[in-house]
Amino acid sequence: MTLFFSLIARELRLSLRHGADTLAALLFFFLAGTLFPLAIGPAPAELARIAPGIVWVAALLAALLPLDRLFGADFEDGALDQLLLSGLPAAAIALAKACGHWLTTGLPLLLAAAPLALMLRVRAESLPVLLGGLLPGTLALSLLGTAGAAIVLGARRGGVLLPLLVLPLAVPVLIFGTTASAAAAVHLPVRPHLLLLFAVLAVLLPLAPLAAGAALRAAAE
Amino acid sequence: MARSAAHEGAGWFEARGLAAFRGERLVLEGVSFRLEAGGALLLRGPNGAGKSTLLRVLAGLIPPAAGALLWRGEDALADLSYHARRLAYLGHQDAVKPGLSVAENLAFAASGGGDIDAALAALGLAPLADLPARFLSAGQRRRLALARLPLACAPLWLLDEPGNGLDESSLASLGALSDRHRAAGGMVIAATHHDLPFPGASQLSLT
Repeated sequence: MTLFFSLIARELRLSLRHGADTLAALLFFFLAGTLFPLAIGPAPAELARIAPGIVWVAALLAALLPLDRLFGADFEDGALDQLLLSGLPAAAIALAKACGHWLTTGLPLLLAAAPLALMLRVRAESLPVLLGGLLPGTLALSLLGTAGAAIVLGARRGGVLLPLLVLPLAVPVLIFGTTASAAAAVHLPVRPHLLLLFAVLAVLLPLAPLAAGAALRAAAE
Repeated sequence: MARSAAHEGAGWFEARGLAAFRGERLVLEGVSFRLEAGGALLLRGPNGAGKSTLLRVLAGLIPPAAGALLWRGEDALADLSYHARRLAYLGHQDAVKPGLSVAENLAFAASGGGDIDAALAALGLAPLADLPARFLSAGQRRRLALARLPLACAPLWLLDEPGNGLDESSLASLGALSDRHRAAGGMVIAATHHDLPFPGASQLSLT
């Protein structure tokens, strides 16, 4: 358990030293979000209708950005061997990496989602639902992304393959997240949609680290 | 230097008829050896003979295609993370993070309770502890990678070309480090092209 937390601490320290990765994801999130009003037009009513979808899609794409380096750097400099031989099971290494990804990308995106949503004229009453959906949503994306990043590890053109692998799998997260916001907009119950999001998270929580762990072992061979 | 209970009666390590593939090619076949507590084994052979592959098989990173690996007579690879805890592996890459300082690079390896200052001092890196690792020379990076060995408090050391890039005084500190490790009942297996200061080491030639 100490090992697990010191691995997360290592990830945080590394991303603090390479702060540009987190910043790049955040700036991408804001830029992608602001492109929509420019392309569609700034009419508040129309924007308010599609704003939750914009925030979700922008968060999904921004969360993908740092995945390429999640295991890539460790794989290239030999640190992955050291991690696999640290005494932690490979799945625990993957879970720690997913936690690191969420803390350095998912959580900042979650915090940045509120200002972006307000900028896009999301109605104040649907903001809590949007953020409440993004919390399990970003967690699920970190888990999915970690599994994807581990699977493409060592493949040539892994960076191109990664979104192709992760984005289709992220579709349920996107659907349940945006339907929750849509339900909130017309004052329908949002609970079922959020519960479905948590159900996706509950499925991914054991499966993604196990798949990622197996992929890491295969990559180290 | 702090030593864990793993050293108590460290037993013996044995390989029986190991074989391993690298891609489609059979690089190792019928490799057998037996190493007692306090022993050292040097793996010799030309480039591509499978020295690094054998070390990775011994570490449990590559599953052997045939043969058995025994620790005190029991299957060593039955529980990979348990096996990983009784070994320290030095790859041909240094696994040094340029963005972290020298001491920070060892923080994760020391999370089992190792003493970072003592490990740095043993390899003459103590004055550089706060320097970002990107300013280290190749030899200093190698020494930093070597500093992980005593931190692991593991009875078995697997070293892939540990002498690469080291000057004579660093080679001597590597020798001193391994002597202390072996005196405490540890074992060392090293793949090398050069002579290493491991007195009484047996040799295994791979072809």
